[in-house]
Amino acid sequence: MLQTATPLYDDLIPGGSHWSLIIRRGHVLRLIDETGGASLGMLLYNPENTLERYNMPDTLKNQHTFHLTRGHVLFSDMGRVFASITRDDLGWHDTVSGTSNADLVARRWGEKTYQQAHNHYHRNGLTSFLNELAKFGLGKKDLTANLNWFSKVQTDDDGNMRFVPEHSSAGAVVDLRFEMDTLVVMHTCPHPLDTATEYPRRPVRYQLFTAASVSDADPCKISSPEATRAFANNALYHLMQ
Amino acid sequence: MIKPSSLQPEAAAFRETVPAGEYFLKVVKAGQSVRILDLEGNQAADTLFYNASNPSERYSAVDTIREQGNVYLTAGSRLLSSEGNLMLEITADTCGRHDTLGGACAAESNTTRYALEKKCMHSCRDSWLVAVTEHEELGMSKRDITHNINFFMNVPVTAEGGLTFADGISDAGKYVELKAAMDVLVMISNCPQLNNPCNAYNPTPIEVLVWE
Repeated sequence: MLQTATPLYDDLIPGGSHWSLIIRRGHVLRLIDETGGASLGMLLYNPENTLERYNMPDTLKNQHTFHLTRGHVLFSDMGRVFASITRDDLGWHDTVSGTSNADLVARRWGEKTYQQAHNHYHRNGLTSFLNELAKFGLGKKDLTANLNWFSKVQTDDDGNMRFVPEHSSAGAVVDLRFEMDTLVVMHTCPHPLDTATEYPRRPVRYQLFTAASVSDADPCKISSPEATRAFANNALYHLMQ
Repeated sequence: MIKPSSLQPEAAAFRETVPAGEYFLKVVKAGQSVRILDLEGNQAADTLFYNASNPSERYSAVDTIREQGNVYLTAGSRLLSSEGNLMLEITADTCGRHDTLGGACAAESNTTRYALEKKCMHSCRDSWLVAVTEHEELGMSKRDITHNINFFMNVPVTAEGGLTFADGISDAGKYVELKAAMDVLVMISNCPQLNNPCNAYNPTPIEVLVWE
């Protein structure tokens, strides 16, 4: 799935931090859990029209799944594919638990301000997303259900949710191949259901690669009739660009 | 959880029938109760809630299910906002389960879910987009269309991580009732979906009742 073996770019997001970048179509974003137990919160937007954004319900119902793994694609709310999951070492990523907020972090792990702890202060997912979104003129109204890479939340027959601790191990990799230009907003604040007793501060490495070209027999493209139709919508979109 | 209401329809301060494919928009004040009634059965009421004085605070599906530790909604469910505040509580439910993971139909998602040529068929997002554009005073737009509740829909999740759209568990006369904890703007799309076997391809009217 990668055209080049050497990353075009390699960077580390420290635990409890946030970052964002625009990734162009035809590139792979590799996420690597540096130390194990990571969680990476993510939101996706079309930089040409930020009213188009990642849609959790469409992603789940189009693929009849509650969890995300290799072979799945990430749907926008406009019937298109932002990215395909072309590699996954874990088999399950969460997109239904939302993100932490200041109250949740204080309740779970205590408050730690910048005054007290400098860059080891307790940041939360919601403020982190808003911080990055503001750089692109976006705000509260643009928040939507996010992805939580490296995290597993399972349900029982009655719908009760359970966070699976230590789901991800050091070195675990997820590759996202971008099928259209995408604004990617990320944070490494703890998963809101993380059961760790101390504020989990787990860094995530990300790398960018050039993607190999996508054939009509691509596993993500033919993973479901729904995905195939979404790729057709992408093709129409790019026809006019 | 099946929990009938003691409120009588004759005593309601407000009643309105909403045909399939239409929107419903109304402010329900803190302390008032609102009932959504499935008049003919197996209808989906795609519902969004906003803080009436600040619509950037809105119902959050993910915060609600996470904080209650369960993916389904029923009597006793507390509906939380994007800022973690209690918006409404489900006080009565004769259906037993409602979905908040499946989202709403839109022209574009109909292309992926059903067929590319379904794109011009009427959808819930159409209804909401008409609602916000016909009510400019609200200052709302597509930015405000977010993840909703599908009252009367059954979307089972499995331990293995599967998700299915099962036959409806609603029936004619079943209802869900909510008590508002803040002044909320209620925005419903009474679903016009003609491609989903859940409603036997027959979208039907609902009724909305409000008690002081």
